[in-house]
Amino acid sequence: MNKRQKKTLTRIILSAAIMILLSGFQYFFRDLLDIDPSGWLKFFAYLVPYILVGYDILLKAWKGIKHRQPFDENFLMAVASIGAIVLGRVRTGDYAEGAAVMLFYQIGELFQSVAIGKSRRNISALMDIRPDSANLETEAGQVETVDPDEVETGSILVVRTGEKVPIDGIVVEGTSSLDTSALTGESVPRTVREGDEVLSGCINQQGLLRIRTTREFGDSTASKILDLVENASSRKSRPEAFITKFARIYTPAVCFAALALALLPPLFLLLTGQSADWGDWIMRALTFLVISCPCALVISIPLTFFAGIGGASSSGILVKGSNYFEGLAKIGTVVFDKTGTMTEGVFEVSGVHHAPAGEQYVLRMAALAESYSTHPIAQSLRRACGAEISRDSVTDVREISGQGVIATVEGHQVAAGNEKLMDAFSIQSEPCSSVGTVVHVAVDGVYQGHILIADQVKPAAAATVEALHQLGIGKTVMLTGDHQKAAQAVAAEIGMDEVYAELLPEDKLRKVEELMQAQTGRTLAFVGDGINDAPVLSRADLGIAMGALGSDAAIEAADVVLMDDNPLKVAKAIRIARKCLRIAYQNIVFAIAVKLICLVLGALGIASMWLAIFADVGVMVLAVLNAVRALRVKNL
Amino acid sequence: MKKTYPIEVDCANCAAKMEDAAKKTPGVQDCVVNFMTLKMTVTFEEGKKPADVMPLVLERCKAVEDDCEIHF
Repeated sequence: MNKRQKKTLTRIILSAAIMILLSGFQYFFRDLLDIDPSGWLKFFAYLVPYILVGYDILLKAWKGIKHRQPFDENFLMAVASIGAIVLGRVRTGDYAEGAAVMLFYQIGELFQSVAIGKSRRNISALMDIRPDSANLETEAGQVETVDPDEVETGSILVVRTGEKVPIDGIVVEGTSSLDTSALTGESVPRTVREGDEVLSGCINQQGLLRIRTTREFGDSTASKILDLVENASSRKSRPEAFITKFARIYTPAVCFAALALALLPPLFLLLTGQSADWGDWIMRALTFLVISCPCALVISIPLTFFAGIGGASSSGILVKGSNYFEGLAKIGTVVFDKTGTMTEGVFEVSGVHHAPAGEQYVLRMAALAESYSTHPIAQSLRRACGAEISRDSVTDVREISGQGVIATVEGHQVAAGNEKLMDAFSIQSEPCSSVGTVVHVAVDGVYQGHILIADQVKPAAAATVEALHQLGIGKTVMLTGDHQKAAQAVAAEIGMDEVYAELLPEDKLRKVEELMQAQTGRTLAFVGDGINDAPVLSRADLGIAMGALGSDAAIEAADVVLMDDNPLKVAKAIRIARKCLRIAYQNIVFAIAVKLICLVLGALGIASMWLAIFADVGVMVLAVLNAVRALRVKNL
Repeated sequence: MKKTYPIEVDCANCAAKMEDAAKKTPGVQDCVVNFMTLKMTVTFEEGKKPADVMPLVLERCKAVEDDCEIHF
């Protein structure tokens, strides 16, 4: 509790004590009341706890009127409680009701402010990745502690055991294991050594690291993630937008309804010649006002989404706005990219077939032809080749998208790629009987055999597809640029419903659009690793980028970012979203239903002001407690 | 130019009022108040200095929500 909350608590306790004393006094010493026949003494006695607990509300209501923005909850409470006290003066002689309204309202407000403060702290603790300082090594070799904001790119920083890496960089000295759990939600530490990239927000668990920063603080991973999470709640979901609009119309509407309730029935009674009974109807109108306070809704819905976003981030799932929770909850089709998403994306040469000139020759030719490429296949060819490759002998490299590469190597024209490339040069190629990516190699138009490169399916891939089916997601689709046979083998292994193979990047985009048109009412999510599928990520109803730590393009294009590369997190994200929305709708329906019932009861004169204030505070407490539930997502 | 300031405010409704008031302040192009993180992000108009604009923003916010605070 902060200072202001403690002060409010003291006021509440004091005021409640005075009220209990007063009513006890009244009960036991009824005779003494004879000395106060006018009732003014009692009136002033009750005014003490009332003013004590509610003076700030009265002031705020007055200021609201002065600034011509009267219709807020302070106004409602001020009018209701003052009205009850005035009525007490002229009619019943009972002031407890008016004072109690203010007292309970303040209890509710205090509870709400403490609950929000607590969940705010919980969430910031989950996202505690912002480094407070950086240890900058100066040119003289001394270490100075500075604000991370002031560190220039290329500086050398020292990260000691237990400290957070403040800024993204590359290790120049030392080995350590890094705790990445704050970023990825994964508890397995990562080992880094010289030359490895380290991301800000990771905690150095052992040893001393010297790193050279590669970015400024503001562009570093930790800052970006925090930015993303903090801005997420400014993109409003539909329930939130609904509540904002609802509150704007609702409060004035109820005020006028209350006014009508106070005036119309008595006037009608007067005109029909009966007793108007003004006091009773005004009391009902005031009860109406107390019930009408929309706080439960106004606070619990944004709190739900905020808690949901916080809970998801703690599991390594960044949702870029509360609106995306709706998209996640309504997913009907999940489209996966194959490489790097369902498979490890690490290619290894597993064989060289039909090679009359020898395996090593074929490998060397292919590796040389692809020596300028950074594609994973090219990298695995280089690894398999073993020996250092000199690019000097390679000229006229031409990459043909979706087919392969042609280049002049040591004076010979080498073509390395898939069947289509061979067909384009009218070279007869031998099909491979094993599953994997096949690179056919031809030198000077003569077929020299093919290299089989296989990718490993991720251990969690099959479980992911099964989990999605269990969540009622009707269709799982895999897209890949790979060979049909390789794609189908992987799809069968992990239980994917549909697979489309041999797609160029632009084909993937078209396929996703087709699939999006094929379904109505539900959303399509595309899961990719952000490498060359950024357009598809942003085109899909919901783009989910995977293993996106450090990849700016993916974080930019996606709506949901999975910090590590475990596809099971897709299912978890859906479950978190569904839970969050369920809670939001529960709160909306529950709060509005209770309010409406109480409004009707109040108008009929059945609900007293006591019931009204209990309904108001009670609904709010329950709604806030329910909202905080969205934070608990560990076991989803 | 965009800057983010920590704020103190009690209720979601009051935060929305502050946002409205800040948006209407001369020199402010746009403003988003995030009640959950207690942050106010102000986009300033071209050529305006935050140091000149922010006192005015605070004044206007104080007018609609008496016990709010902006730390700048």
